[in-house]
Amino acid sequence: MAAQQHGMVEKRGAGIWLTHAFMILGVLIIFFPIWLAFVASTVTQADIVSPPMPVWPGDQFWVNYKAALFSGINVPVATMLFNSLVMAIGIAVGKIIISLLSAFAIVYFKFPGRTTFFWLIFLTLMLPVEVRIVPTFEVVAGFGMLNSYYGLIFPLIASATATFLFRQFFLTIPDELAEAARVDGARPMRFFFDIVVPMSRTNIAALFVILFIYGWNQYLWPLLITTDPEMNTIVMGIKQMFPSGDDFAHWPTIMATSILAMIPPVIVVVSMQKLFVRGLVDSEK
Amino acid sequence: MEKRVTFRGWLLPLALIAPQVIISAVFFFYPAGQAVWQSLFIPDPFGLSSQYVGLGNFEFLLSDKFYRASFVTTAIFSTLVTLCSMIPALFLAVIADRLIKGSGVYRTLLIWPYAVAPAVAGVLWLFMFNTRVGVVSWYLGQLGYDWNHVLNGTEAMGLVVVASAWGRISYNFLFFFAALQSVPRSVIEAAAIDGARFWRRFFTIVLPLLSPTAFFLLVVNVVYAFFETFGVIHTITGGGPQQSTTILVYKVFSDGFVGQDLGSSSAQSVILLIVVGLLTVIQFKYVEKRVHY
Repeated sequence: MAAQQHGMVEKRGAGIWLTHAFMILGVLIIFFPIWLAFVASTVTQADIVSPPMPVWPGDQFWVNYKAALFSGINVPVATMLFNSLVMAIGIAVGKIIISLLSAFAIVYFKFPGRTTFFWLIFLTLMLPVEVRIVPTFEVVAGFGMLNSYYGLIFPLIASATATFLFRQFFLTIPDELAEAARVDGARPMRFFFDIVVPMSRTNIAALFVILFIYGWNQYLWPLLITTDPEMNTIVMGIKQMFPSGDDFAHWPTIMATSILAMIPPVIVVVSMQKLFVRGLVDSEK
Repeated sequence: MEKRVTFRGWLLPLALIAPQVIISAVFFFYPAGQAVWQSLFIPDPFGLSSQYVGLGNFEFLLSDKFYRASFVTTAIFSTLVTLCSMIPALFLAVIADRLIKGSGVYRTLLIWPYAVAPAVAGVLWLFMFNTRVGVVSWYLGQLGYDWNHVLNGTEAMGLVVVASAWGRISYNFLFFFAALQSVPRSVIEAAAIDGARFWRRFFTIVLPLLSPTAFFLLVVNVVYAFFETFGVIHTITGGGPQQSTTILVYKVFSDGFVGQDLGSSSAQSVILLIVVGLLTVIQFKYVEKRVHY
């Protein structure tokens, strides 16, 4: 059916091959930087410092990745990967939990100050951490949270996007369900865990994807608060691998690290593509 | 919109909302308030005391030629990033939309760069254009063009723009593609029967229908270029050469943390705060519009 409709609009058969050709060309151009990074992570430093570097992968894959993961330059990349994982999951899970709770309170209760709290949360939508770095840094330093997972996670879960998404969703849950729960004498938290959370699972999963990427890809904040290399995240740690003077950077290790830094978010995005697109469209609405 | 059925009690809802309110207060409202407060003072060089100067920091900033230059740099940068990420994305989405089969495969491949952090994207592009080992700069050299973004401000700007726009192409592609898929086939067919060719159909029917999506992406991409490209600039140019790629967010960082000029950095934060506020209002005005019509 769909094919027939298309057929009516597009009559020429050659057009389809041209279309594919354009598409492939576009994908190749978009992919080129990633390909080149991958190639650089499989050759020796000598191959790279005498340009032009090869365009096909070499045989140093295991050597370079092993060196990066277990020795790194300042700190083993495996450590940085672990830190990034803790940070990204901490931000995603933390934000989802506090948002589920506060959205539930705002939608299902009438309590003094409800509207005020709602607007206070709403205001936090407006200020990215990049804008308030100096005072936020002072607060985190005051709590002794520098070089800690708490310091990496907490300042970044103070945002309202997730609360708003859940609020919108809760408003679409039929009133009859809450009514029935109340008639049955179910306590609010029982209703929350038995009905609201299970019904929200698609939204929770979609948000998890978006927030995981957001947390994983943070740069400025970890750069400021992790002075101890042991606490570096992988995304900010790559820059630290460049020598400060005029020396040659060790490109195979740096590029292996770059590839390692993009694998987890790419896996999340590609494997949960449908959820991801949905989460993206929902959270920007 | 409100629920008709609600639960009784006020202690439980307060307890439920407390974590978010406390975290927002400690890590958001207090620091934001501090930024506003500090912007009214000039600390002495030893940080022991500070002197109240009213709007002095703002007056100084607005007359500072480096700060004004940073405004211009930000305007150029965000315009270019927005254009360089939206136009290729629209082009790719239009092509993908013409395909009946296989568009899913292309989509899967095209969303990869979105997952790549801006800072990592910066390292990838730096590697390609590195003055000593970069492949692209080497081939440019063979063609007789001497690429050096370390010394040439225009080339530095070009490089950070492309590196910033690259990942955004994926993002914009997804939105344009979704919007194109929702254009009713019957409308396009009617135009085709009337004899309108592809490009004519595109400009007279499809593009106007895409304009809400395009406007939304315009705002979102400007916000991105303003606030989320720090990683790209820090990895590639560090704001140089001669501040030619120092956008406003980068300047807050370099004045506040590197230069330790807290009063000025706070005043810059407040100005950025106003900019974000305006952009958010625009965004919400637009969302409201879309809901009503």
